[in-house]
Amino acid sequence: MKAFTVSKAVTALMLAGLVLLPLYSQLSGNIFILTLFTRIVILALAAASLNLIMGFGGMMSFGHAAYLGIGGYAVGMLAQEGVGSGFIQFPVALAASAIYALVIGALSLRTRGVYFIMITLAFAQMAYYVASGLARYGGDDGLTVYKRSDFSGLINLSDRTQFYYLCLACLFAVIFLIWRIVNSRFGLVVQGLRSNEQRMQAIGFPAKRYQLVCFVISGTMCGLAGALLANNTDFVSPAVMYWTRSGDLMVMVILGGMGTLFGPVMGAVVFLLLEEFLSQITEYWALIMGPLLLLIVLFGRGGIMGALGRAGRG
Amino acid sequence: MLLVVEQFLNGLQFGLLLFLLAAGLTLVFGIMDLVNLAHGSLYMMGAYFAATFAAWTGSFLLGALMALGATLVLGIVLEMSALRHLYGRDHLDHVLATFGLILFFNEAVRLIWGPAGLALPLPAWLTVPVPILPGIHYPAYRLAIIVVALLVALLLYLGVMRTRIGMLIRAGASNREMIGALGINIKLLYTLVFGLGAALAGLAGLMQAPILTVQIGMGENILILAFVIIVIGGIGSIRGAFLAAIFVGMIDTLGRAFLPNLLRQVLSGAAASTAAPALSSMLIYLLMAIVLVVRPEGLFPANRR
Repeated sequence: MKAFTVSKAVTALMLAGLVLLPLYSQLSGNIFILTLFTRIVILALAAASLNLIMGFGGMMSFGHAAYLGIGGYAVGMLAQEGVGSGFIQFPVALAASAIYALVIGALSLRTRGVYFIMITLAFAQMAYYVASGLARYGGDDGLTVYKRSDFSGLINLSDRTQFYYLCLACLFAVIFLIWRIVNSRFGLVVQGLRSNEQRMQAIGFPAKRYQLVCFVISGTMCGLAGALLANNTDFVSPAVMYWTRSGDLMVMVILGGMGTLFGPVMGAVVFLLLEEFLSQITEYWALIMGPLLLLIVLFGRGGIMGALGRAGRG
Repeated sequence: MLLVVEQFLNGLQFGLLLFLLAAGLTLVFGIMDLVNLAHGSLYMMGAYFAATFAAWTGSFLLGALMALGATLVLGIVLEMSALRHLYGRDHLDHVLATFGLILFFNEAVRLIWGPAGLALPLPAWLTVPVPILPGIHYPAYRLAIIVVALLVALLLYLGVMRTRIGMLIRAGASNREMIGALGINIKLLYTLVFGLGAALAGLAGLMQAPILTVQIGMGENILILAFVIIVIGGIGSIRGAFLAAIFVGMIDTLGRAFLPNLLRQVLSGAAASTAAPALSSMLIYLLMAIVLVVRPEGLFPANRR
C-alpha cells in the first residue's frame, strides 16, 4: 500500500459492498438482489480467471464459456447419476476443466494472435455442440439439477446467504491466487512472454510450456465458476457455453480493466447491473448495449480501472 | 447410390455457400487486418432483406437483387460509420466492437421484423427436380446455388487476379503505407472491399434463406464455420478459403448423413444413436485440430510479412 488512490478507494468500496450485501438483503427484505449478486460474483470469478490468461498472459481466449459448461455439466451429470456429494462433484468439475484446457491449450497455443482467438472460439463451439448432442443429459433442452451439491453439513448450498458467501469466498480465493501467481517467478515469465515471446525464448524459457500451464490454471478456475453456476441456477444447458457468453466474459474483463487484479470483478458488476438496468427500461436492451460496447472499445482505453487511475492523477 | 450422389452435391452446395461467407471474411482480414465478427450479421441481413423485398415485389429474383444491393450499401455505411475507426487497432478491440455490433443487429432485427422467423418461398420454376444423371434428380434450386456460387468464385478470382482494382487490393494487402504513398485512395479502396465482403455475405444469406428459415442468430453458427474455414485455409488466402470451404462443407454434410449408419455397424444401436450427433458435429473441429497440428499457419498461408 503505497498511496491512497481513487481506484483503490473504489475497489475497497466495491469489495465492502459485496461482503455486506446479504446484510442489506436481509434488512430490506430484497431477496432478488442477493440472487442477482450471487450470479454476478460467480461470473466475476469466471472473468477473473479469463483475465489471468488475457490480461497477464496475452492469450486472447474467446472460448472461456466452455469451462462454465464443463464445470456445470460435471455437477449436473454426477447429480443425475446419483452422486450428490460436493466433495466428489467439485473436484471432478475442476479436473474435467483442467483436462479440457490441457488439450485445447496444447492445440491452440501452436498458433497466435487472431488465429488463437478463432480457434479457442471454435473449440468452445464444439463443446457446445457436443453438449447439445448428449441426449441422455437433456441435449438441447439442458439438464435440471434437482439437488444442489451436498457438502455433508459443512455448508448448505440451498441457503441463499451461505451459498452467496461460498461464492464470494471462492472469488476472493481465486483473486488471491492470481495475485500470488502474477507476482511469482512463474507469473513474471508469463507476463514477459506477453511482452516479447521471442526474447523470452532467447533467454531460454520454454514459452509454450509456461503459457500452457497458465492456460490450464485459468481454465480450472473457470470450471469452479461453472460448478457454482450450475448450483446457482439448478440447471445447466448448452446455452451456458454459447459463444456470446464467452464474448460477455471478454467484455467484462475489458470493461473493468484488463491486466488489473480487481478490474474483472468491477467489470462483471457494472456489465451485469447495466444489463439488468437496461432490460428493465426496454425489452430491446441489446440495442443500447451493442453500440455502448463499440464506444467503450473506441474511447475507453484501460476500462474502468484505467479511467479511475486517470481520475486519481488528474 | 442415389443418396450418395445427393449428399455429395449437398456437401458441395453447402461448401460453396460457406466459401462466399469465408471469402468476404478473409478478404477483409487480409486487406484491412480487421476481424469482423459482424460478418454473420450481414449474412443474416441479406436473408431478411431478400425475404422482405421478395414479398414486396412478388418476384424472387428481383427481391434477391435488391437484397444484394441493400447489403452492399449496409456494408459501406457500416464501414464508414464504425469499422473505419478500428483499423490499426488491436485485434481484441475488433472482436469486442464487432461483438457489440452483433448484439445491435440481432436486436434491431427483433425490433423491425419481430422475434418469429420469416420464410422466403421459391418460385415454381426453381422447385422442380432436375435430372442430372440418368435416374437421378436433384432440386433445381440447390443446383442453382452451386452454379451461382461457382460463378461468383470465378469472378472473384478474375477480379482479384486480373483487374486493376484487384491489383490495388493485392497491393494494399501487402503494404498499405506504400500504396497510399503512391497516390491511391486507400480509404475508398477499403470501403469498397468491405462493401464487396458484405455483399458476398448477403448473397450467401439470401441463397440459404429458402432452404432454412430466416431467423435471428442464423449468422452466428455459420460464422463459426467460416472461421474454421479460414483457419484451415490460411487467413487472407482466397484460394485456401475456397478449398477449405468445399472440404468442410463435404465433411460436415457427409458426416451427418453417413456417420450414424457407420457407427451402428461398430457400436450397438443405442450407443450409436447417442454418439452419432455429437461426433458428427465434432468432425470439422477435429479436422481443424489435425490441420493445426500439422500446419499451424493453415494449408495455404497467404504470403504476408
